[in-house]
Amino acid sequence: MPRPSRRAFVAGTAAGAAAAAFGMPAIAQNAPFKIGLLTVKTGPLAQGGIQMEQGIVTLLKQRNNTFAGRKVELISADTGGNPAGAKTKASELIERDRVDVVLGPLAAFEMLAINDYIRQQGTPVMSLAGAEDITQRLANPWVMRGSASSAQCCHALGDYAAKELKYKRAATISEDFAFGYEQMSGFQRVFEEEGGKVVKKLWPPMITPDYTPYIAQFGNVDCVVNGFAGSNPVKFMRSYADLGMKRIPLLAGWTAMDDALLKSLGDEAVGVVSAAWYSASLDNPVNKQFVADMAKDYNVIPGGYSAGMYVAGQVVEAALAKTGGKADDKKALNEALRGVSLTETPRGPVKFDAYGNVVGDVQIRRCERKGGQLVNTIIKTYSDVSQFWTYGDKAFLANPVYARDYPPAKNLE
Amino acid sequence: MSLWLTLAVNSVALGGLLFLLSAGFSLIFGLMRIPNLMHGSFFMLGAYLGVTFLDRGVNFWLAALGAGLLTGLVGGLIERFLLRRLEGQVLPQVLLTLGFAFIIGDVCLMVWTGDPWQPATPAQLQGAVQVAGLFFPLYRLVILAVAVVVAIALWVMVDWTRLGAMIRAGVDDPPIARVVGIKVSQLFTLVFALGAALAAFAGVMGAPYLSVYPGLDFEMLPLALIVVILGGTGSLLGALVGSFLIGFLYNFGQAMVPDLAYVILFLPMLLVLVLRPQGLFGKVGA
Amino acid sequence: MEVSTPRVIAIVVALLLLVTLPAWVGNPYYINVASQILFFAVFALALNVLVGYGGLVSLGHAGLFAVAGYTAALLLARGHGHLVADTVALAVTVLTAAIYAVLSLRATGIGFLMITLAIGQILWGVAYRWASLTNGDNGINVAARPAPFGLSLAGADGFYYLCLVVFLACLASMRMVVRSPFGASLRGTRDQERRMAALGYDVWTIRFWAFLLSGFWSGVAGLLFLYYNQFISPQIVALTTSAEALLMVISGGTATLLGPVVGAALVVIMKNVVSAYIVRWNMVLGIIFILIVSFMPEGLVPGSARLWAWARHRLRRGKSGVAAATPPAAAGEGGP
Repeated sequence: MPRPSRRAFVAGTAAGAAAAAFGMPAIAQNAPFKIGLLTVKTGPLAQGGIQMEQGIVTLLKQRNNTFAGRKVELISADTGGNPAGAKTKASELIERDRVDVVLGPLAAFEMLAINDYIRQQGTPVMSLAGAEDITQRLANPWVMRGSASSAQCCHALGDYAAKELKYKRAATISEDFAFGYEQMSGFQRVFEEEGGKVVKKLWPPMITPDYTPYIAQFGNVDCVVNGFAGSNPVKFMRSYADLGMKRIPLLAGWTAMDDALLKSLGDEAVGVVSAAWYSASLDNPVNKQFVADMAKDYNVIPGGYSAGMYVAGQVVEAALAKTGGKADDKKALNEALRGVSLTETPRGPVKFDAYGNVVGDVQIRRCERKGGQLVNTIIKTYSDVSQFWTYGDKAFLANPVYARDYPPAKNLE
Repeated sequence: MSLWLTLAVNSVALGGLLFLLSAGFSLIFGLMRIPNLMHGSFFMLGAYLGVTFLDRGVNFWLAALGAGLLTGLVGGLIERFLLRRLEGQVLPQVLLTLGFAFIIGDVCLMVWTGDPWQPATPAQLQGAVQVAGLFFPLYRLVILAVAVVVAIALWVMVDWTRLGAMIRAGVDDPPIARVVGIKVSQLFTLVFALGAALAAFAGVMGAPYLSVYPGLDFEMLPLALIVVILGGTGSLLGALVGSFLIGFLYNFGQAMVPDLAYVILFLPMLLVLVLRPQGLFGKVGA
Repeated sequence: MEVSTPRVIAIVVALLLLVTLPAWVGNPYYINVASQILFFAVFALALNVLVGYGGLVSLGHAGLFAVAGYTAALLLARGHGHLVADTVALAVTVLTAAIYAVLSLRATGIGFLMITLAIGQILWGVAYRWASLTNGDNGINVAARPAPFGLSLAGADGFYYLCLVVFLACLASMRMVVRSPFGASLRGTRDQERRMAALGYDVWTIRFWAFLLSGFWSGVAGLLFLYYNQFISPQIVALTTSAEALLMVISGGTATLLGPVVGAALVVIMKNVVSAYIVRWNMVLGIIFILIVSFMPEGLVPGSARLWAWARHRLRRGKSGVAAATPPAAAGEGGP
């Protein structure tokens, strides 16, 4: 599987630029526009990080390494998936390589670790990490998110579970960290406001060799909602099926049923209903091209990690088009980024709210087996979903951030 | 009630897997006094190799054996050509085994990518056995059965064969063993390879329910350490008891005091170390 | 103690290079890397007290490193000043080191390694799972670096000089300790435990004090780490941090003053600088460790010194024609 190294990138860029030099009209500036990718290529989080890189590389290849007439250089940095690494690598990209914009990082704790630093440095960041407050109570004027806040999809999932699936009693399970809390709290809030009850909430540690002790505790519920990420959903769903639990329907957040994960899953995933801001099966021309190119170059079905960086790249491209390829004035670039509104991205139309978070569609999918392959088939689309769901920003932000015990679960048994 | 029963069954299954993982570690540690910090890497490498074999349509048991053999070969080569020269030097051994752990981890990431792999549970062993209204995953019971078979085989080997006698002599008193003409160096290579093979075999056995992913190596290593320290180094019985102890502690701890899930694994180890440094069944002072 | 002229020159040149580093390195990114090398070197030197001079291999020092960082971060988050937070943090770290020592000094060798590992893992579990105190996986942010005597440490230069001063203080104190009667008796307990006991030394107490010293400097390094990142989270308490520190000490050379420093530089540069050019930097690091074990099992610094001495010997023999002694064997200890 080709995984471009940094050196290969520089070479690729040079070739692209040479090709472009003949066909293109006057290039706005001579120096390339630099995109820094803060990703994870080693250690336990490498899976998502490698996909992130594939996503942005696919876009750059489609564009011949040129955005708005200006050649683009991609510099990727491996944080190793830990906060200290994220900080050092952010400094490498911003202070040493002087990138114009940063894409990433992947994990919430990485984003939280560099949030203050980004504020000081004033370099625009397109984050993939879900951490709610980054675009809410601690909103950073330099940070945007084109993927989704942690709870953005789970609000819709709660709505769907209560209104369409008519479930009354739910149990939730997710990793014991912020991304898990925020997803499950978002689900709980909407689900309970619409008449459901969350009767059990379980929080296994991120490193859990065996989920059986947790699965054995679900008891009598209509559905189990899981918000796992990384390789954990694979483990969890297998144990779930092994314990004969498939009689209780399983719901999932976007990372737990990410399309890129389907190849690692088996029959245990069939029937799982999930809410996601991207789906490889989305029927639009940009997405079809994206899926085809990812299949050709990497032999994979893209999921949210690749799509997130592809969309982030498109937003950068649109902003550059607005500034006429200029990026010297970071403030102007940042403002251009925040004002971007796109109709044609793999995930559908995209715009940003005043806090820098995306407003876009959320898909409800059901996993099916089609011709031997697992596929997440879209069964409902929620359009223009905001991170504030239907509450409005003022009312939403008046409450504390979603946490392990906020909103309080009053119906636990 | 059913919760506790399910947990109990699961505890013995996890215990079985931990025994497969740590039996080799215990022998290596007890006989050669090597803190083999790449034992978790053998587990992960084995699991990945097994996944590849299964992907090519190899029978599950053959895949497990094949992964064990290959990894055993890797382990044997490392011992024969590198570790042997460092006999008795703990620090360079730490450096070397950690160095290999880095390399194996990175090679696995390169070859098998960062995606998690979870081979299907072998067809005949899928699903759950229903007893008195309770579901017991069949595969967990199989793991337990395999662990019991391996335990008996190892016990027979150690207690009843000439090789076992040499190992016992080596554990009890290495200098004497040498004096009486046991070729300690060949024995070491063999035991190290066997330990690596067992860990890899455990990796394949565990893959259908643990799945395989980057970082699995350093999740398993501390578990092997705890088991061996609890049970005592160089003692198969110790490894067996330690494995099941940890299996139960892990399952019941997660269910009853999830907030202390990790602490609860290490506290008993600390207690044993402080009160009885040689472990519950250890013959040698740690 | 006589100090030879070349050595004095070498020390002066090294000091000059270190003091002027921000000027000739220029880019703040590299200055930050240098700061990281310095505080990890302090950490490695702290660990070396036990590993090198005491012969006690700890695989749980991340706990001490992080206890300091966490204590200070928590106090700062609750509105206490830097002086209070740092002082309390160091006191708590030394206390934690005392607990480590009481529990782990019942054993030596691999038993000691295992006990320290267990305590380290328990502290990791606490940092990770006791979220109401530690904020779990999300970690704790520190709003600002301190400004002692009105000197700003916010920039890369300022912080580098803080690290340099602390590093030199640490190096000097290590040198003092190593050459003191205490240092001699500590080495005695490593090499001749029984004889030391027979001579009336209280082996346990000597090791206990060594542990406190090691804990203190680990705490200092932890504080620098906290202020450098202005952030702390459970990842830093994990086994990998302890292992990395141990790798720094062993690869550079135990029981030397320069070894841990060289080891720290090796690991930090591999992780931060080389990783930008080589995707498989983990593999390269592993290979380097194996090469070190194979060719310089005593570590880079003593190993290079041995090779250098041997080469010089060969050279001289070539000139004078006098038969040389066999190349010196791997030195157990020594160095600068």
